[in-house]
Amino acid sequence: MANQEIIFAGFGGQGILSMGKFLAYAGLEENLNVSWFPSYGPEMRGGTSNCSVILSDEPVGSPLVVDATTVVVMNRPSLDKFESHVVKGGLLIIDSDLVNREPERTDIEIIKIPAQKIAEEVGSKKIANMVLLGALVEKTKIVKMESLLKALKEHGKEQFYELNKRALERGAEFGR
Amino acid sequence: MADKVLMKGNEAIGEAAIHAGCQCFFGYPITPQTEVAAYMSRRMPKVGRVFLQAESEVAAINMVYGAAGAGVRVMTSSSSPGISLKAEGISYIAGAELPCVIINIVRGGPGLGGIQPAQSDYFQATKGGGHGDYRLVVFAPASVQEMVDLVQDAFDVADKYRNPVMVMGDGMLGQMMEPVEFKERPKKELPEKTWAANGLKGREKHNIINSLFLKPEELEAHNNKLQEKYREIEKNEVRYELYNCDEEMDLVIVSYGTLSRICKNAIKMLKKEGINVGLIRPITLWPYPVEAFDKVIDKTKNGFISVEMSCGQMLEDVQLAVNGRKPVHFYGRSGGMVPTPAEIANKIKGIVGGAK
Repeated sequence: MANQEIIFAGFGGQGILSMGKFLAYAGLEENLNVSWFPSYGPEMRGGTSNCSVILSDEPVGSPLVVDATTVVVMNRPSLDKFESHVVKGGLLIIDSDLVNREPERTDIEIIKIPAQKIAEEVGSKKIANMVLLGALVEKTKIVKMESLLKALKEHGKEQFYELNKRALERGAEFGR
Repeated sequence: MADKVLMKGNEAIGEAAIHAGCQCFFGYPITPQTEVAAYMSRRMPKVGRVFLQAESEVAAINMVYGAAGAGVRVMTSSSSPGISLKAEGISYIAGAELPCVIINIVRGGPGLGGIQPAQSDYFQATKGGGHGDYRLVVFAPASVQEMVDLVQDAFDVADKYRNPVMVMGDGMLGQMMEPVEFKERPKKELPEKTWAANGLKGREKHNIINSLFLKPEELEAHNNKLQEKYREIEKNEVRYELYNCDEEMDLVIVSYGTLSRICKNAIKMLKKEGINVGLIRPITLWPYPVEAFDKVIDKTKNGFISVEMSCGQMLEDVQLAVNGRKPVHFYGRSGGMVPTPAEIANKIKGIVGGAK
């Protein structure tokens, strides 16, 4: 049974909502039931941002993810807030360039990725989110990489497609 | 899969209205439904229709009154405090028997409250809101797809009965994205709008639209006519879903909107522990699906529990429907707090006495 309940979290402006959206589009491409739910509030640039994404072959119940099979964090406050939300045996993906503490959990799988550094090597720090998303898809196999690329092609900005693709590929190495 | 698209609930409302032939949209921004107006501002001019951001909610609802009186399909959208402002106009529209669609993407109240999801406008939607003996048909979708379908139905129901229809969702439904499909819909046979104030068109007498009846005899006669219409709506338009209600049950949850999906998760959790719980999901909040209760009442051991994101509003309708035949329990969160499946499951275990 395919089922992933994911929380993406970080600062506003890091592409947290869009990485969730692309994954949801990829899920739709594969005929999965999907939902995408952003945190909305009196937030501002530089404030925290997160979204819940569910991909499942069963109908989606609550769109708000509480017990996450995977959590992706791109800053320290997000790790503090969501580390406890990973289910036992679940997956935590960390941008180790931005999170300056070690996770405390020992009952989950943890992938640390220097996503800022890698993104810069690929061409832009702005695509660190795609590095992390690449690792997530490779590790969980919730969708095929081709579906994600198709989602990027159809719903992303064309000029960033090649960059995004390379960022996903570099990230995927961490998920193997 | 080509015909399914991912859409935010708020945007799907706009697109559904366009599909239903909505000619005019009048609104005023308020979180968490602003994307409805934003979407309409982009799309309506492109399809040659009218989008207008009014100077206030009061202005917007009175523009709706005017457009509805001219016989065109019209919609407005707001969130809780904005609906309160519109309440006077809604009463006038109901009194003048005009069709329109009103969207409420509910946030926590009272007062300015907060902007997170809530269901605390249940009383306002189903028991009045504005003054006088009037009723709104109230649809409560639970998914973005159902939102799309019900918004389109809302225009038909409004036209059929010459009555305002409200589609009510919580902030979650407005903000979330889900796959939606705009299905081909069979054309409905609807009465012609011979009452519309849109020019004489060869008639000899003006059509006058009004909600003022100064003679008590006339106003009572008008009210009696409205009541007759409401009885007709109660007979024809009740909608609900029964989930997991086929066998003997330890308890039946009553819940609507997005929260009903969280309740379904709780039901699955409880099943693993040997506790069998059903769900009545009202899709119309008015007319309330009383008949659903009659169908399951003999099969539930511990009665019913109303689960709400409000402090016991729908609970009163559950009590009326059950009418003392079985116990009625309650669980609610408010202020924008969304209950988790585990929380609901725990409350239910407390009632039915743990695992069997």
